[in-house]
Amino acid sequence: MSLTQQVLKGNRLALSRLLTLVENNSPEGRAALAELFSHTGKAHLIGVTGSPGTGKSSLVNQLVLQYRKMDQKKVAVIAVDPSSPFTGGAVLGDRVRMRDLSGDDGVFIRSMASRGSVGGIAQTTAALAQVFDAAGYEIVIIETVGAGQSEVEIARLAHTTLVVEAPGLGDDIQAIKAGILEIADVLVINKADRPGVEHTERALRSSLELARPVSRVYHHGQAMTVKAHKPPPNTWIPPINKTIATDGSGIAKVIESIAKHMQYLRTSGEWNARERARLRSETEALVRDTLMTQFLEGLPEGAFESALERVFSHSLSPIEAAQFLAQTERPQTPRATKEQP
Amino acid sequence: MSEHMIRVLVAKPGLDGHDRGAKVVARALRDAGMEVIYTGLRQTPEMIAEAALQEDVDVVGLSILSGAHMALAPRIMELLKANGQDQVKVFIGGIIPDEDMPRLKAMGITGIYGPGASTEEIVKEIREAMKS
Ligand code: B12
Ligand SMILES: Nc1nc2c(ncn2[C@@H]2O[C@H](COP(=O)(O)OP(=O)(O)OP(=O)(O)O)[C@@H](O)[C@H]2O)c(=O)[nH]1
Ligand SMILES: [Mg+2]
Repeated sequence: MSLTQQVLKGNRLALSRLLTLVENNSPEGRAALAELFSHTGKAHLIGVTGSPGTGKSSLVNQLVLQYRKMDQKKVAVIAVDPSSPFTGGAVLGDRVRMRDLSGDDGVFIRSMASRGSVGGIAQTTAALAQVFDAAGYEIVIIETVGAGQSEVEIARLAHTTLVVEAPGLGDDIQAIKAGILEIADVLVINKADRPGVEHTERALRSSLELARPVSRVYHHGQAMTVKAHKPPPNTWIPPINKTIATDGSGIAKVIESIAKHMQYLRTSGEWNARERARLRSETEALVRDTLMTQFLEGLPEGAFESALERVFSHSLSPIEAAQFLAQTERPQTPRATKEQP
Repeated sequence: MSEHMIRVLVAKPGLDGHDRGAKVVARALRDAGMEVIYTGLRQTPEMIAEAALQEDVDVVGLSILSGAHMALAPRIMELLKANGQDQVKVFIGGIIPDEDMPRLKAMGITGIYGPGASTEEIVKEIREAMKS
């Protein structure tokens, strides 16, 4: 039985080995991804992001516990931590907070190093999520590197993105930047047992309002604010949930918010739109890679390097170099078809 | 990037809270370019085997200063084997009396280290073990 078949049958060791092959972007891993693709598209991908130490891992631990209590859905966790830029090594410590999940065969936790990629997740995080999806994990939770900056990558990958804040940490309003609010589908204020929760909540609410100003109507040429402001249908306003991830308080509300968001995605058509956008950019990137490889292979020996040298010495601009290379006589074109007159 | 990263699980089985050694070793392995999955304190052998399976590690590193190594180590070896991970190399550090070493070696444990062990030596021997 092939590795992919074993994965589809639910073999956990096979799954784990496949995750490694895919993470290393090996040819076997890429072939397996292609084979598994028809089995994907069912999982709900949930991103969890936020500043370091806000309690993301602890929250993931509680979310998974709750999901496993609610129904029999299998849950996968991908926990990303940073690689050292100097040595390439990493200490991946998110599992420390997820010990309650051990012993449950319906849960699979995989730690992942960012391996030089910026933006909170690794290059192959999306591919790992696909493998879990194909293996029948209906919920895939992705914990990003704690950076608290604009982690747009996770928002692009996940269907629902949770942004975790905590009182005291990024308490200044400036820490609650518009960027992070733009990617949030659900806002979580964790460590609600700590002083300053109200302050954080107020700061979040006012930032949210700034990000989404009340709609105005024009009446006899004068702008008037509509008092009983109701958002147009099909807009999603990120709810703010307060939690204590160390004891599980407030988790049920977060689960409810995630479910509501899912429902919104489905009914608004946003789910399809996101899926299509994601698959389009993935396909485009692959086409670009393939064409680039073909193009370089078709060039005469050393043509690319010598053009580059001229760019380095500023005697040719990058645009001119690209045009020059595109027009270069190609000794052995990848395809054997002759050019039509 | 197709070069295989060495992945190491560093775990503290049993009940002792001496975690300095485990942390020192975890950091040294990271600085040597390895990916270390740190599980924290008070892990049962079952938890360690499960983590090793999910993380598809090449090496399991155990830090035991409680004196319970002769109970914990065989159980962990047994579980790794039962999960089909016989190829995983196991290293142990902590307070291990000399007289226990032959039995631990016979169980298939690759390296044993006591107080003052050089982390360069540990890194070197893990790399060595990856070649075979
Ligand atoms: C510091 C210390 C403590 C600190 C621990 C702080 C902490 N968070 O780690 C405190 C004060 C809390 C403490 C408490 C106790 N301690 Co104490 N402690 C020590 C001491 C002095 C040093 C340990 C240490 O941190 N060394 C520094 C690190 C870097 O060295 P290391 O752990 O040995 O690691 C090296 C190697 O062993 C190896 N290694 C370690 N792990 C791993 C893992 C892998 C994968 C690899 C490859 C290598 C490796 O590489 C490391 C680098 O060289 C030792 C004595 C000693 N000389 O070892 C006693 C010692 C370990 N403690 C001991 C005891 C009895 C206790 C207590 C029970 C005392 C009591 N009655 O309360 C309590 C128990 C606490 C608990 N919850 O478990 C005994 C254990 C006896 C035994 N096993 O037979 C020792 C040996 C002292 C003694 N001679 O009696 N302790
Ligand atoms: N008081 C309190 N402490 C919490 C709460 N949630 C988490 N913590 C603690 O906060 C610390 C960090 O928690 P983690 O879950 O590791 O946070 P994280 O965001 O995953 O951290 P990184 O992955 O390192 O960015 C730990 O010591 C937790 O025990 C909470 O609700 N209240
Ligand atoms: Mg974490």
